[in-house]
Amino acid sequence: MEVQLRDPKVVMKLSKLGSFHQSKLSFLRSFLKEFKDWKYKRDLFELDENGYGRAVYSLTKNNRTYSLVCFANQINDEERSDRVIATKWDTAFVLHDGIPTKKDLDRLYADVPKQETGRLSYKELTLSRANKSMRIFNHVVESLSQGAQPDKDKLMEVGYLYRTTAVYGSGKFGLADRFRIKNRDEICGPFRLEMMLVYLVREFTFDQVNHIAKQKNPRKAVELDKDICRNLGIGNSTGLGMAPFIINHPTLLNNWILSREISLKKIREIKNVKDNEAELFKKLLKKSLKNVTSWNTDSEFQKKKIFGLLKDMEKLINFLNEDFDFKGKYSFNKLYLWCEKNLKDECIEYIVSLMMEPYDKIINPLIRKMSVDEAKYFNIPTQKNIENLRNILEKNYSEIIKIDFSKKENNQNFWFISKNKEEPRLADRYTDYGSELEQPLAVARDIKILYERITNKKNSLSIGRFLIENNDLRHVVRRAFISEKFPYAEIQDNIIGSKLMPIDMLRLKLSFFGAVKFDPRSDKWLRICMFQGAPLLNDLESFDDGWIYNSLNS
Amino acid sequence: MISLSEIETTVKRATKAAGFSWGIAEDVGKSISLLEMFGLPGLKNLNQYYKIYKDKKFQNISLISKSNISKISYCPIISGINFLDQIFVLKELPEIDFENLAFPILFIPFLSRSSEIVGKKILLIIDQRKFLLNFNQSIFSNHLLEEDIVEKANKIKIIFVENKNTFNENDWKELYNLSKETFVDESEELKKIAAGAGLTDND
Repeated sequence: MEVQLRDPKVVMKLSKLGSFHQSKLSFLRSFLKEFKDWKYKRDLFELDENGYGRAVYSLTKNNRTYSLVCFANQINDEERSDRVIATKWDTAFVLHDGIPTKKDLDRLYADVPKQETGRLSYKELTLSRANKSMRIFNHVVESLSQGAQPDKDKLMEVGYLYRTTAVYGSGKFGLADRFRIKNRDEICGPFRLEMMLVYLVREFTFDQVNHIAKQKNPRKAVELDKDICRNLGIGNSTGLGMAPFIINHPTLLNNWILSREISLKKIREIKNVKDNEAELFKKLLKKSLKNVTSWNTDSEFQKKKIFGLLKDMEKLINFLNEDFDFKGKYSFNKLYLWCEKNLKDECIEYIVSLMMEPYDKIINPLIRKMSVDEAKYFNIPTQKNIENLRNILEKNYSEIIKIDFSKKENNQNFWFISKNKEEPRLADRYTDYGSELEQPLAVARDIKILYERITNKKNSLSIGRFLIENNDLRHVVRRAFISEKFPYAEIQDNIIGSKLMPIDMLRLKLSFFGAVKFDPRSDKWLRICMFQGAPLLNDLESFDDGWIYNSLNS
Repeated sequence: MISLSEIETTVKRATKAAGFSWGIAEDVGKSISLLEMFGLPGLKNLNQYYKIYKDKKFQNISLISKSNISKISYCPIISGINFLDQIFVLKELPEIDFENLAFPILFIPFLSRSSEIVGKKILLIIDQRKFLLNFNQSIFSNHLLEEDIVEKANKIKIIFVENKNTFNENDWKELYNLSKETFVDESEELKKIAAGAGLTDND
C-alpha cells in the first residue's frame, strides 16, 4: 500500500506548524546519538569561591577537537535580564575550533562577555550567554553546601539552573562561516555546533554549583545528585529573532518538514507492526500523559492547547484500549486516520512524533538528509517562461492567491530590523513607524502581486525577459521556483495578517531543535527547556534514546 | 575579520538602502561575498560605487546584445543582473562587448555565476586586465591587486570559452600509457572469468 505524503497546503499552515513537538528527528536528540563516542575532558576550571572565572571543556573525535570556553561573571541583580536590551550576563560561552591557546583565551575573555558588541574570529564556531535562574541556583547551592540535596519539586517547576538568551553561529560577529565546517563528517547535521554548545553549558552549570557549594562549606558540602542533574536541562528564552529564519531558509525548512513527512508516510505504510513496536508506542504515549501534566505555563493560549492535548490523549488511549488492535494490517495508518478524524492538531502532531519512536531504521537515514547546500538553489532559472511560473503559483500558492490584500487586516503587520539590536521585529503598519523599511518577508502579499502582474503576460515570455521590468518582485520569483522543487519550503499563511501568532513560527523551529515545555510569555516570545533528562557527559557511551520521555516525570 | 555571512547580509541591506529591489539586493549580497571569497576587492568597490550612486547618473541596460555602448557609464549591478538573467540567450554569442562600464570589478561575480550555469568558462577582458572565470569555482587573473578600486572600464570583452582540453593528443597518450603500468596482464583463463560475467551473452 502506498500512502501519499501529507498535502503541503495543510501541513504548512502556521497553526499546524505551531503544533509540532520534538521527535527522533530533533537536532538535540540526533546530536546526542552521534555524540556517543566522543572523548571529553575538562581542561581548565579556574573559578573563585563565588563561581566566577573561566573554564574550558574539550571534546574530541577523529583527531578533531572542539572546546567550550566559559566565562562566569559577577553582575548585579538589576543587570540580569533575558530581554534583548541586556548587555551583561552571568555567563558567556564560545565554542572554539581546536584547543585554545593562552593567547586565544585572553582574546576571548576580552570579547566573549560582550556578546553582540564583541568580535570573534574564524576559529570560533558558536557563541552564547546565559543567566541564572536565581531562585533555583541559590537554592541548589545552599542545599548542597549544607550537605543536602535540593527540593526536587522546586527544581522541576523550572527545570534548569541557567537560561540562555541566544545562541549564535554561522558567521555572526566574525564567527566561522558555515562553508568552513560544512564538510566535516562528525558535525554534518543542522545546528550540531549550537547543540554541542548548549549541551556543554549544561555540564558547566553542574560543575559550577558543586564548586561554589564546596567552597562555601568544604567539610559539609555534597555534590548534586546525578539523577537530579539528568533531570535538569538548559532553559532558553526566545523572541522574534528566530522567526524570519524559517522564511529566509526555504530549502532547509523543506528538508526538515519533508523528513518528518517521509517518516510518517513510511510508518503508515508498515503492513505488520511488531508487538514490541506497538508496545513501545503505547508505553511512551502513557508516559507522555505525565509529561504533559508537568508542562507549566501562565499563557492562556498555551494552557488551552495543553488542555486540549490532554483531553485528546485520553481519548486516544481509550480508543487504543477499547477499539483498536495493532495486530491488524497497516495499523499505524488506521490509527493516524482515526487521529485526523477525531483529534486536534496539537495531539495529532504529538502522535506523529511518538509514532517515530520504534523506527530507527526509518528515521536515521532521514536525519542525514536534513541539511542542504542552499546556494545550489539560489539562481533563478531564467530560461523558464511565464507559463511555468503561473503553473507553479496556481499549484503551490492556490490558497495564498485567494487572500484579499485590499483588506486592512491582511496587511496589518510589517517585519523590520531594529536599529537598536539589528534583529527582526514585528510592528503594526497602521500605528507604528517604519513600514517603508519593511523586510521582504511578506511572501504571501508579494506572491499575490506577482500572480496579478503576470496575468496579461504571454505564456512564452522568458523569466529573464520578464525580470527586466519586474525586478521589484525578483525575491518572490526566486521563491516560487524554489517551491517547485521543494514542496514544503513555503509557509502557507499570511505572516503580515492581523491573525498571525508569531510564536507558531518560533515553536516550529524549536520543535526541530528538540525543545520541550513551550511556555509562551506573550504572542512574541517564549521560554523552553532543552536537554532536560538527557544523559550526562559521562553517561554518553550507553544511554536510552527515549530519555526525553523518562526525564520529565521525575 | 568580517565573515562572509556578515558581508552578504550587510551588502544585501546596503544595496536595498541604495535604492535597488530586495531581489537584486539578495543577488548582490551573494555576489560580493563570492568576490571576497575569491580574494577580489568586492566590498571596497561596492562601497565606492554606492557613495556616488545616488548623485551620479548610470545607464541601466535592459537587453544585452553583442555590442553595448553608452555615453553614460553602465551600472555594473544592473548589467550583471541582466547578464545573469539573459545568459541562456547570450551564451550563443561568440563575444560580447561593453564600452563604458562603471566599477567593473562588481560585474565579475555575475559572470562567474553565469559560467557555472552554462557550464562554460568565460574569459573577461577589462581593458588590459584578464580574468578567466572557471565555472564559479575559481577566478584566474593576470590582474593582481595593485589597484583595489577600478572606477571605470572603457572596454570590456566577454568570450565564452569552448569546452576543450588544455593539452594535446600526444600529452594525453603519453600520460595514458604511463597509467597503464598499473594494469595487470591477464592470463587466458582470467580473461574468461575475472570479470564475473556470464560466458555467453546470447540468452
